[in-house]
Amino acid sequence: MSFVANSKLFRNSIFRLSLLYTLLFALSVVVLFGYIYWATAGYMVRQTEATIEAETDGLVEHYRQSGLTGLYDVIRDRLSREATSQDIYLLTDKNFKPLLGNLDKWPQGEVSETGWLMFRLPPDRSRDGERYQARARVFLLQNRYYLLVGQDTHQLEKMQQLIRDAMIWGLLITLLLAMGGGVMMSKAMMHRIEAINNTCHRIIDGDLSQRIRTTGGDDDIDKLIQTLNRMLDQIELLMQGIKQVTDNIAHDLRTPLSRLRRRLDMLRIGGLPDGEQEELIDQTIAEADGLLTAFKALLRISEIEAGSRRANFAPLDVTALLDDLIELYEPLAQEKGQSLVWGKMPTRALSGDRDLLFQAFSNILDNAIKYTPDAGHIELALEDRQDALEVIVRDNGPGIPQALREKVVERFFRLESNRSSPGNGLGLSLVAAIVKLHHGTLTLNDNHPGLLLRIQLPRQS
Amino acid sequence: MRVLLIEDDNDTAAYLVKGLGESGYVVDHAANGRDGLFLALDQVYDVLVVDRMLPGMDGLAVIRSLRAADNNTPVLILSALGEVDARVSGLRAGGDDYLTKPFAFSELLARIEALIRRAGSKDEQNTLLKVDDLEMDLLSRAVRRDGMAIDLQPREFRLLEYLMRHSGQVVTRTMLLENVWDYNFDPQTNVIDVHISRLRGKIDKQFDRPLLHTVRGAGYVLRGEQ
Ligand SMILES: Nc1ncnc2c1ncn2[C@@H]1O[C@H](COP(=O)(O)OP(=O)(O)OP(=O)(O)O)[C@@H](O)[C@H]1O
Ligand SMILES: [Mg+2]
Repeated sequence: MSFVANSKLFRNSIFRLSLLYTLLFALSVVVLFGYIYWATAGYMVRQTEATIEAETDGLVEHYRQSGLTGLYDVIRDRLSREATSQDIYLLTDKNFKPLLGNLDKWPQGEVSETGWLMFRLPPDRSRDGERYQARARVFLLQNRYYLLVGQDTHQLEKMQQLIRDAMIWGLLITLLLAMGGGVMMSKAMMHRIEAINNTCHRIIDGDLSQRIRTTGGDDDIDKLIQTLNRMLDQIELLMQGIKQVTDNIAHDLRTPLSRLRRRLDMLRIGGLPDGEQEELIDQTIAEADGLLTAFKALLRISEIEAGSRRANFAPLDVTALLDDLIELYEPLAQEKGQSLVWGKMPTRALSGDRDLLFQAFSNILDNAIKYTPDAGHIELALEDRQDALEVIVRDNGPGIPQALREKVVERFFRLESNRSSPGNGLGLSLVAAIVKLHHGTLTLNDNHPGLLLRIQLPRQS
Repeated sequence: MRVLLIEDDNDTAAYLVKGLGESGYVVDHAANGRDGLFLALDQVYDVLVVDRMLPGMDGLAVIRSLRAADNNTPVLILSALGEVDARVSGLRAGGDDYLTKPFAFSELLARIEALIRRAGSKDEQNTLLKVDDLEMDLLSRAVRRDGMAIDLQPREFRLLEYLMRHSGQVVTRTMLLENVWDYNFDPQTNVIDVHISRLRGKIDKQFDRPLLHTVRGAGYVLRGEQ
């Protein structure tokens, strides 16, 4: 594994994380193994020492009770037992001259303060000729004899060695596994992140239709990818919106602009009769005004969409507002022989921008009167609910085909059949922006026949 | 009549100075807020036309300083399109009326005239308005022409009252919407025209001398013969 040389792998945060994790893991394994070692090998040592201590105490006791002969007897008895060949006994005189025991001479080594001695046994005591380690306790009997009682700890050490080896191997394998797992995990992770990165680069290069592929799973990365994709969808939608608006502006404003230019050209050429020239100037000004109105509406829509106008919100009486609206528009409807029915009813106050809401309802009523033929029927109704106020405007005009109901809210969009009537196709866009500013919803439906328009304004916004 | 124009854009300023001059006004022009404020405090004007965005000292600051100095000359604020809440903050700063650029010159002229008129008649508590043989009694809310009682709806009454208060003077559709209907919005159809023609039907129809005239490209004017 050449991951150290592979700097790319090292720069990968997940790999670094897994490396750190491996180290931490190894540390805890070492601590754990240390404890296990202490608990097992240590226990065995302590156990041996306890046995030796008990034996020594017993022998000393014997000596006290039955003197040297009694001690001789007991040691001889012990030595005769084959099974306890691990046990070591040695009784010497004051000058360490052996008197009795299974050691030829006093072993070399320092006796500790507590009377313990560690030493190596002569090679003839082992089966394979090695000098085994032994542990013994030394006792001075009445300042005349030295008693050494010990045990061959060869078995114990072998055991300890075994445990140590097992632990080192275990640690090594654990480390390797953790490391390998980390590398594999980070490789997989890196692969997925690389995929996200590549897609992002392709998007930066201009292909906004690119989406990041998910593995179909449900983990964090998949969720992140889904969120990113949704964000991209939204961005693409907005971009398309902007593009469409720009295209529409360019398209819809070209006609009046060229008309404007033509009129100015005609004035430049001159030679028109007096009255006609005035008329032409008026028409040109009106044309320019129309263009300015369209721009003003566009700017207002984006201003409202930016949400900065919410500062003007105040509690207002929608019923009174609609009363004023009806009063303003009634003569217009009457001129077209349309009946305008107003289902007036008192409503509780609602927080909103008075001028903007009036603008929105006026645009809607303006449409209803404009697109419903003479002698048509227009109805304005209210619904005052706990959570929201609903304003419903319905007419029995031509309505809007289902498929185009979302389109008419877009800037500049007008039904083909209405192209000849005055308007810019910005009315409903402004309505939508105002409704959105109030956190409300705008829905268009079929009134069988005609248009049924519903505006829902929530009370808590 | 003297007008002080505080406007930094040279094109707009030249066009307004020329237009107002031709309409019979004496116009002084200042290109920045500080000079404008100095002129406004130093001389007597009938109306100030102040651009909102000015180099050095901004238009609203000029108005505030002016009002702080107890100068109550009527102020018409001009502002570029798309300035958020410009109207409200402008009026709050002490402006008397507000107009967004671009505007029709006739609209500006009508508003300047209305401001001058309003300043002149401030303390006249007249309860009887009279234009030619058309009379309006504000207390009894009775309207008569040539002695004949005319029955008006409340809104028609307010519309006529506004027109009579500004008689002889052009009022624009936006001015009517703002002052008679009390809403600041842009109608897509000229709804006001229908109301005017209704009112016309009531005050002019049976009489051979029409009082309510349409001014092309500008608005309406209520004018008597004399
Ligand atoms: N009540 C209605 N009945 C039938 N069609 C309608 C109705 N309201 C709107 N429409 C259709 O939706 C289109 C968009 O309406 P919108 O109000 O946005 O623009 P407009 O009325 O054409 O122009 P503007 O409102 O800018 O003067 C209209 O052109 C018309 O085709
Ligand atoms: Mg419309």
